[in-house]
Amino acid sequence: MEELPAADPVRAPVPVAPDRTDASGTSTGETGPDGTVIATTALTKRYRGGQLAVDRLDLAVPAGSVFGFLGPNGSGKTTTIRMLMGLIEPTSGTARVLGRPMPGASRAVLPHVGALIEGPALYGFLSGRDNLTRYDAADPTADPRTRRTRVAAALDRVGLSAAAGKKAKAYSLGMKQRLGLAAALLQPRRLLVLDEPTNGLDPQGMREIRALIRELASDGTTVFLSSHLLDEIEQVCTHAAVMAQGRLIVQGPVADLAAGARGRLVVTTPDAGDAARVLKERGIGDIVVEEGRVTGEPPDGEPADLTAALVAAGVRVRGFGVERASLEDAFVALTGEGFDVER
Amino acid sequence: MSSAETGSTGTVGPVGPVGPVGPTGGVHPAPARTPSPWWSLGLLRSELVTTFRRWRTLALLGVLAAVPVLVGVAVKIETGDGSSAGGAGGEGPAFIAQITNNGLFLVFTALAATLPFFLPMAIGVIAGDAIAGEANAGTLRYLLVAPAGRARLLLVKYATTAVFCLVATLVVAASALAVGALLFPLGDVTTISGTRIGLAEGLGRALLIALVVAASLLGVAALGLFVSTMTNSGIAAMATTVGLLITVQILDQLPQLDALQPYFFSHYWLSFADLLRDPVHWDDLLRNLGLQVVYAAVFGSAAWARFTSRDVTA
Repeated sequence: MEELPAADPVRAPVPVAPDRTDASGTSTGETGPDGTVIATTALTKRYRGGQLAVDRLDLAVPAGSVFGFLGPNGSGKTTTIRMLMGLIEPTSGTARVLGRPMPGASRAVLPHVGALIEGPALYGFLSGRDNLTRYDAADPTADPRTRRTRVAAALDRVGLSAAAGKKAKAYSLGMKQRLGLAAALLQPRRLLVLDEPTNGLDPQGMREIRALIRELASDGTTVFLSSHLLDEIEQVCTHAAVMAQGRLIVQGPVADLAAGARGRLVVTTPDAGDAARVLKERGIGDIVVEEGRVTGEPPDGEPADLTAALVAAGVRVRGFGVERASLEDAFVALTGEGFDVER
Repeated sequence: MSSAETGSTGTVGPVGPVGPVGPTGGVHPAPARTPSPWWSLGLLRSELVTTFRRWRTLALLGVLAAVPVLVGVAVKIETGDGSSAGGAGGEGPAFIAQITNNGLFLVFTALAATLPFFLPMAIGVIAGDAIAGEANAGTLRYLLVAPAGRARLLLVKYATTAVFCLVATLVVAASALAVGALLFPLGDVTTISGTRIGLAEGLGRALLIALVVAASLLGVAALGLFVSTMTNSGIAAMATTVGLLITVQILDQLPQLDALQPYFFSHYWLSFADLLRDPVHWDDLLRNLGLQVVYAAVFGSAAWARFTSRDVTA
């Protein structure tokens, strides 16, 4: 695991922490026996038309993780999330959230779960603040006496305090997204299920939301984050699972997933042809010559020897290094096919 | 986003390893998460506020309030030359001939005029939109994951519709009373039986009639709520409910169906006039209320069966 895939080289995979939940006041186990906050076994959903949306899904989300749930549109992510939230009944298989079966234990489980499902949904004729008040009133465990404070805190947390009195229909897409996120943060949560939380946000907004997710995760909240953006998963997630056509292709710590793919040697040079020849003489495989650069498999020995050889051969080296394997490379390596998503 | 930015200054600070968090390390204050017994009332209050703050609800009430004004003004103009309303000029709604003598009768006339169509149509809009409108807007899924609870949400929706039935009826009655008092004299009331009762008792009867009219609408409300659980389109649910209402009203006029007609929810609606008899004829009134209870039970159960088992995909 020398090659860390994410932009943040300090982050290590999060160990499963089954006893973390002792901090909670509830005596009922809120994680599964193996320390998972979400565990599904052979979870299947076939819609009435016969379409198989989710096919025998075995998902395990460790407590304390930021779990990236990745897959192209139509791969069954949202159907899975809806089953986890008790909105739709599985055709077969079981789902446990916080150690309790869903949808059976919805009343006990869902107050501890904040969710953003398929984008925000708001009452356009109500102000942002009143929207949150309404959703909070629907939570049986929410204390009406602290409602005003908690609504204000949630609005502040997503940066909407200034627009709190504005009617939600006048909100931009990004503001609606933030308000939806605020609704998920009305109470302290043990699990946050966020379906495409950065949809519709500008780059600055995306950074803020990702920072917020990291902050929540560092508080100990498990975050289940669905996205079709690979770099988003790479930036914030400790674990990931990949769905395609209703099936789970792979899941595990992001670092492990990326470790499955080797990096590539990259030489940036105006003399690409000469460089390729030298590298070939030195036994580098899979050499690809591109405009202004040459790539190949990383050397087994000391890379600096290669530099010396290149320079000795008169190749003008502008850059030399081994590029880390990205999650995308990992998916290509693991699934044997390109991962056709927007980057 | 100020707090988020300042709160995570490192922005890419290490997330893990989280490890076991001890009792003191838990950031969550482990709040008391036992549902308050009064919570359902809080949800009902939220539902009422949401419904009555909607522009559409206020517009419906505005239209209903305008009906007595139109009737009152029309009667005033028509009778300006001393002739009596509803006399030679064909039939009007019940009681319309008495308005010129006593403005209180405008209340009865207005209720008789709005009960067959305007009032149930307004109920159909509110009830039809109750679940389907939330599904259409996507807010239903957030209410359910809050978690409001499906049976409870349905009950709260029905209670809200029932409150709207009452408010809508009272709006018609109050508007009629105000217009009646403004344009016509008020005084002792001559009942259908020919006896006279004082104005105070007449007002009491008017209030009672308004309550009975409101209760008459509970069957339509349950029907509309059931339709509302069947679709994700609020408009479709409203249209279906109002369509059913019109169909039943038409079928209620066909003599060939007289064996079925006692089971139509609208069949005994105009029995509220029996409250203006002295003594009151209770037979049809009780049949009407009983029928509404049956409709509420049947369609309420159907709505419950449908809504609690349905996949919420919107």
